[in-house]
Formats: sequence, structure tokens, C-alpha cells
Amino acid sequence: MKRVYPILIVAALFAVAPFVDVGIPFVFGTEIGSPGTLLVLGIALTFAALAVSYDILFGYTGMLSLGHALPFALGVYGTNLVMIHWGLPYFAASLVALVGGVLIALLLGSLALRTSGVAFAMVTLAFAEAFAILVLTDPLRIFGGEEGLPIAVDHLPDIFRGVVNTRYVYWLALLFAVAVFMLARLVVTSRAGRVWQAIRENEPRVEMLGLRPFAFKLASFVIASAIASAAGSVYLLLIRGANAGTTSALFTLGILVMVVLGGTGKLWGAALGGFIYGILDLRLSEVATSDFIADMPTWLGGPLSEPLFILGVLFVLLILYFPGGLISIPGQLRKARSARRVGQ
Amino acid sequence: MSSLILNASTALGLAGLYFLLASGLSLIFGLMNVLNLAHGAFFAIGGYAAWWVMDTLEIVSSLGLRFVIAVAVAALAGLVVGALVERGLVAKLYGKHLEQILLTIGLSYVFVALLGGWFTYDPRLMTQPAWFGTTTEIFGANIPNNRLLVLAVAVVALVGLLVFLNRTRHGLIIRAGVENAPMVRALGIDVGRSFTIVFALGGLLAGVGGGLAAVYFNGVSPSLGTAQLIFAFIVVVIGGLGSVPGTAVAAVLVAFTQVFANNYLATGLGSISVVVLLALVLLVRPQGLLGRAGT
Repeated sequence: MKRVYPILIVAALFAVAPFVDVGIPFVFGTEIGSPGTLLVLGIALTFAALAVSYDILFGYTGMLSLGHALPFALGVYGTNLVMIHWGLPYFAASLVALVGGVLIALLLGSLALRTSGVAFAMVTLAFAEAFAILVLTDPLRIFGGEEGLPIAVDHLPDIFRGVVNTRYVYWLALLFAVAVFMLARLVVTSRAGRVWQAIRENEPRVEMLGLRPFAFKLASFVIASAIASAAGSVYLLLIRGANAGTTSALFTLGILVMVVLGGTGKLWGAALGGFIYGILDLRLSEVATSDFIADMPTWLGGPLSEPLFILGVLFVLLILYFPGGLISIPGQLRKARSARRVGQ
Repeated sequence: MSSLILNASTALGLAGLYFLLASGLSLIFGLMNVLNLAHGAFFAIGGYAAWWVMDTLEIVSSLGLRFVIAVAVAALAGLVVGALVERGLVAKLYGKHLEQILLTIGLSYVFVALLGGWFTYDPRLMTQPAWFGTTTEIFGANIPNNRLLVLAVAVVALVGLLVFLNRTRHGLIIRAGVENAPMVRALGIDVGRSFTIVFALGGLLAGVGGGLAAVYFNGVSPSLGTAQLIFAFIVVVIGGLGSVPGTAVAAVLVAFTQVFANNYLATGLGSISVVVLLALVLLVRPQGLLGRAGT
């Protein structure tokens, strides 16, 4: 049980953030305890949880799903729709959305798992895109189309309303991220978790040993989707509305980038990647509008003012030079240094 | 009746675009096991290249001739970008399929952001020869000429691709590589060069497709390819990975489903019907219409 301590220490550090009134230059515009920065941190923590859920699927089971935005968006839209139309309070609505997310994951997962490898990636992408189009064109007139769907404030508990109470929303996000991390560690180190990793390494062999990879892969898909749906419910509370952007293929790729950025197949890596991605995603757009960029010639300043350009270039460099992600860099540097020492 | 023919022509035009985008994707996948997510960006680059020529090359006063040049430039742009991406980046990760896929994801970000940064995200209207905007009467229906153009080019591309694959030595090596790459390598043939050829060829087809899409959608925007890429994926899976004739059949099937569902059921249902079609094909034939089982 001693490996719980690092998580608790990190969680405790994050828990005191609302009481910190110093800023971090360049990273945050205002002091850490201000509502604006707490929201950024809360979103980054939710992304960390989302990245951990995707790591279960992609990093541990080796399934390249390109539709992980779908369960997340189902959580965001589902929770909000249940609050609006059924009038349930927030947590009950989240639970309904979670159950719905699990059922849809079971259905789509068993369909998509008829394929594997790259075809699986394309099929999951297609399913997610169908939902994205459903939300954008909105033939049922319930999703609010491109404008999105503002949160049903009336059904929120009092402590989650208003800017003054941002810290409670932040603490909820922190609690959720820690719970997801613990749960994820529990499942990946369980017997099923070991089978997942065996499937990732050599699926035919798992089949030879008399296990049915299909059932294990479906379990991985459903668990990852369930966590993502729950993350969607938390995200809804943070950005106070359902946004069509969360359904898009670009967002799915974003989740993949989070995991690879931090370190695939390592829970700490995925969490770190999701956290950093969340902050970069929100802060790079402010860098983009800075005078520094505006003074550059258009051919250079134009692309540099695009957060996606900077993220894309970083990602390509990372894939080429540090495929193990950020979390592998210290180890790689240490190895390089000791190799040099041996050479002397 | 005439509306039926009109919709059919729209669908055939769209099928042409899907084929141009999906055939390269399918070949690249068949040979290299790489899902090229930057392929939509090649498409958009072709679109912008064509738009740029139409917009700036005022020396050529005949719009028809200028359009021929525009499509040639779009093809060349796609070819060069495809070859550079393969030689400069994808080849560096030889043998690591997953990393190659991730790399193309990063590139798709970069290319779309580059186009957005240089040309802004506002759609640009395409200057076109007057003939494209007029219609030709076929079986009592007035068919917009641009649909006929896209279809004609796609058919030429299909025939050209089949001739290249079935009648030339490079094509032979590519077909053999799709079948069994390690064996081809064992025979002492440089499969790496085929990878470059396939990537460049896919880029060329996507570039031409982008140029024509600029006509079909009457303009370009940086997300031109991203939106179409997902349907191209569906076309590739339905057709069977690595099969060019399968891609052609699936492109027609997907485009017809989409256009007819949009027009006769409800707007927006077209894309969802396509996904349902995909689910049905997966249930009945997971390897795709003309794909080989067990791959």
C-alpha cells in the first residue's frame, strides 16, 4: 500500500491551491487561488482523468480507438439533457448519463471489435463522428447545434453555483481525478489488467492460452468509456455548458496527444500529459494573441498564432525523439549520461 | 424523375471526390499498414493550390486553361508534399506502425494550422470557368457541369490507377507488397522505394481531389480535407483495406447513401446513414466488400 503515498502527496498539494495567492509567471495570468486559474486547473485535472481512461484502452490494451471523444461528450450532453428534461439533480443526472454511456459503449464496442487494428480505429472514428454530426445538425432540436447547451443551473447543488464557489467545483474535479487514478491502477494491476497487457503484446498467443480476447477487450473499452463519461459530467460543471467541440474528431485526437505527450502505458505519464495538455490548450491561445506574435511577419506569425500549430509541432518532435513521452525523458537523459561516462 | 437523376449526379460527383481521397489512403494502408491521418491535409493543400492559381495567375486569361494549370499544380503540390512527408518523416519511423500513425496525426494538426495561419479560416471563393456553373441536359435533368467534371476525372484516375497497378513493374511490386511485404523484401526488392511512390501517388490523387473539391464545394477552407477524411475512412473500410476496385465501389455506395438520405429522409441524416451502412457491412462482412478475409 505504500505506493498510495505519492498520489496522496500530489492530491494534498493540489487541494491547497485555492488558498495560494501567488501566480506563476507565463503559465497563469492571475494568482493560483483566483477563480479563473482554478477553472484552468480543474479542466486540466479532468483532462488528466480522461487521459488516464484512454491510457487503459490504448496504452494498456493496445486498442487504438479514435472515438474516445464520444463517451466524454455523451457524459457532457447526457448529464445536461437529463437535468434539463427530466429535472433530476446534478449527481443523479450524472449517474443516468453514466449508465447510458456504458450501454452505448457495450453496443458500439461489440460492433467495432469485429475489426481490429487500424480498421478498429477508423470504425470508432466513424461512430464518434456520427454523434458529432448529430449534435451539429441537431435534427431532434435538443442539442443546441453549434451554440451548445448552457448548463441547467437550477438543478445544480448550491455549492456549485456562482463564481465565488469555483473552489468547490475545483475540489470536485480534484477528487474525481484522484479517484480515477486509484481505480485505474486497481484495474490495470488486476488479473484482467495483466490479460490486457498480454493482448497488447501478443493477441494470438492469449487466444492460444484459452482466453477470449474479445471479452477482455470489450471490458477495457467499456471501463475506459465509463470513466470518460463521468469525466464529461465533471467537465460540464467546469465549463458550465455542453459544447459541440467536445464531440469532434479533433478532440479525440487531442486525447490521444495527451497520452502520448505524457507517456503511453504509464498512468502517471497519461495523467501528466492530460494535465499539461489542458493548460497548454487554454493558455496557448492567449500566447497567440500576444504582441510578441503580432509583431512578426504574417508568414511566420500566422501559423505561430495557431495553438494547433504549436501543439502539432511539439507532438511530431516528441514522436520522433522521445516516443516514450515526457515521463521517459529523465530516464533517457540519465541513460545517455551514463553511456557517455562509459565511453570515456 | 429528373430530381432523381440530379441527385444521382450529385452523388456520383461526391463519389468521385471520395474515391480520389480514399484510393491513396487504401493503398498506403495496404502496403505500409499506415493509417495516414494527414491525408485530409493533402486534400486541403491541393484545394488551396488550385484556388491560389485561379486567384493569382491572371496572365492566363482563359479560365478554362487556367483551371487545367490549377489542377496540375494541385496534383504536383499533393505529390511533393506526399513524397516529402514519406521521405522526411514517416520513413524515419520504419517498422513502427503506431508511431507512424501518431506522426501523421501531428502533421494533420500542423498542416491545417499552417493553412489557417496563412490564409485564415474564412472560406475562399473559387474563381471558375463559366462552363462549370452551367448545366447539361441528360435524360431530361439539368446536371451541373462541375459534377460531370469531378466524375470524369475520378474515372480517369481509377482507370489510370488500375493500369499503373496491373501493367507496370512498380505496380506489380506494390500489389505484391500489399499481398506480402516481407516476401517481396526477401526477394531483394527495395520496398522502401514503393512506399515513397505510394505516398506520392496518394498525395497526387488527394491533391487533384482537393482541386476538384474546391469546384464542387465552390471554395476552400482549411478544414476541407478533415471533414471529408472521415468519410474516406468509411469508404476504405467498406471497400476492403488495400483494394482499389473495392474503394471505387464503396465510394459510390457511400456517396449515394449520403446524398439520398439527406434529400429523401432529412438533412443531417445522410452522414448518420453512412455510419449505419458501415455498421451493417461490419456485421455481415468485417473485412469489407472486396477485402481479403483474415487481414
